Amino acid sequence: MCGGGPDGTVRSMIHVEHLTKRYGGHTAVDDVSFACEPGTVTGFLGPNGAGKSTTMRMLCGLALPTSGTATVLGVPYAELPNPGREIGVLLDASAQHAGRTGHEVLTLAARTLGVPDRRVGELLDTVGLAGARARRRVGDYSLGMRQRLGLAHALLGDPRVIVLDEPANGLDPEGIYWMRGVLRDFADRGGTVLLSSHLLHEVEAVADRLVVIANGRIVADGDKDELLAAAGVLARATDRAALRRALADAGLPSTTTTDGAQLVEGDAEAVGHAALRAGVVLTELRPADSGGLEQMFLSLTGRGSTDQMEDAA
Amino acid sequence: MSTDAHTELIRAAVASPAAGGATGTRRAAMTTDDHGDPRTRFKRPTAWRLTAVELRKTVDTRAGRWLLIAAAAIAVAVGIARGLTGDVADRTFAGALELTLLPFGILLPVMGILLMTGEWSQRTALATYALVPERRRITAAKVRAGLLIGLAAAVASVGAAAIGNAAGIAAGDADGSWALSASDVGQALAAQELNLLMGLGFGLLLVSPALAIVAYFALPTVFSILGEMISSLDDATRWIAPNEVFDPLTTASASGDDWARIAVCSALWIVLPLVVGSIRTHRREVK
Repeated sequence: MCGGGPDGTVRSMIHVEHLTKRYGGHTAVDDVSFACEPGTVTGFLGPNGAGKSTTMRMLCGLALPTSGTATVLGVPYAELPNPGREIGVLLDASAQHAGRTGHEVLTLAARTLGVPDRRVGELLDTVGLAGARARRRVGDYSLGMRQRLGLAHALLGDPRVIVLDEPANGLDPEGIYWMRGVLRDFADRGGTVLLSSHLLHEVEAVADRLVVIANGRIVADGDKDELLAAAGVLARATDRAALRRALADAGLPSTTTTDGAQLVEGDAEAVGHAALRAGVVLTELRPADSGGLEQMFLSLTGRGSTDQMEDAA
Repeated sequence: MSTDAHTELIRAAVASPAAGGATGTRRAAMTTDDHGDPRTRFKRPTAWRLTAVELRKTVDTRAGRWLLIAAAAIAVAVGIARGLTGDVADRTFAGALELTLLPFGILLPVMGILLMTGEWSQRTALATYALVPERRRITAAKVRAGLLIGLAAAVASVGAAAIGNAAGIAAGDADGSWALSASDVGQALAAQELNLLMGLGFGLLLVSPALAIVAYFALPTVFSILGEMISSLDDATRWIAPNEVFDPLTTASASGDDWARIAVCSALWIVLPLVVGSIRTHRREVK
């Protein structure tokens, strides 16, 4: 199901190569490269202002790169004759005319795309905005409702690729759960999804791959499971100071998490041996999973350094 | 449909992908129909389709709708006023038309400005240009939509003038002549469209609706005043001050030299802003 041509090769649906954007002396996006394959959800992670939105705008032909290229299905976005039929885009859910109704916003897009008007009703139904909500003006919508409308807008042309910038903003927990289901389903049917977020836990439940950006540079790019495995193990002991000493003596680099555990770069066995030698009582020892990824995310994006991840990936 | 129902729908769809899924799409597996070049697989929207979308945008908000309804209502009101009041000799079809053109002449350029600036001031540029990356095609569609609205407004002006003249005849105290030359109507239409195009150009060039509206009304007046105050500029203003140059059209008396002046003035106040504005729009980063 997950894509692939007849010869078994997978064609990248989104291909970003050495993309750079400078505004005067400020480099917003610095030599960014990554690719998205059919059947996958790629989480594009980074703190606010890291360059996620600028990268996505360049991908969609809305901003001109200083250098580098971005293609969709092998073609620069602006050369797609009717791009909405190939790639659905939601870059800012609030960027809609406040005076138009939800139904009208989708109708204008449907006419431009050349899809039948009944698609509007179908999509409003899909995103839970059918009936009276569709006849309300977008200015009266909550941010969550705008995100739903934006998703409907992106899916209207029945595209095979969707690009969403911070789609979870403003959604309630149930809405986030719902959107994950829609995106997962879209990818499972062979679609390609690129979604950005500044919060790891928003995308880790749905993403297959993670691309992490900080200060305009890619600091991590890889399979989510690999990144999780590379995140090390979490250890907790009755005597925290003794555990820290034991780990240091064993040459295992570690950091202390906010709740007092040690996040260790190494495997469980090495930590176990270190604890045994020092006579430390462990109360918890397990793969760090998202907790470790979160720490890694924070440290990576905080420093904007690539060293650590190149080792990990 | 409630979100709960959707959650169920998604669970069902995830459990059996063959069911079609929750996104209402008919494509079973998106990678199996990769045949065809993405450069040619779908046709780009036609110019007429884009024009129809832009026309729709002018009337699908309360503001846009009421602007046009207000202009039409005022036209009918002044048409009837002409039929019932003033010099009896002026109470004619042609006399009423001169007045019914005015509300559109003032409000349509504002509508043109809002049509051009709306994508940026309402932030819809993001969605619009994502669907149509060739921004000049959107600009061209807006110009075509504006011209069609100008044509419709001219028809509405004639209609309002007819109502006014009929009212005058019914009241029994009017000249009531229906005489109207094709040239009168043609010049009235030309004046309408030129004003509208100037609004479109100002909107496209200046981007901010408030700035464009102020500039549209203030700049021509500034030129007229300068021309009156400084006699050495008199010759120049006769060619480039839109109030003076376009005036013969509104009284349907343009002839000979007037047309040359209209052409020069249009190049300066309409073509130049449209061209420079179009280049600016094309390069502008959409946020």
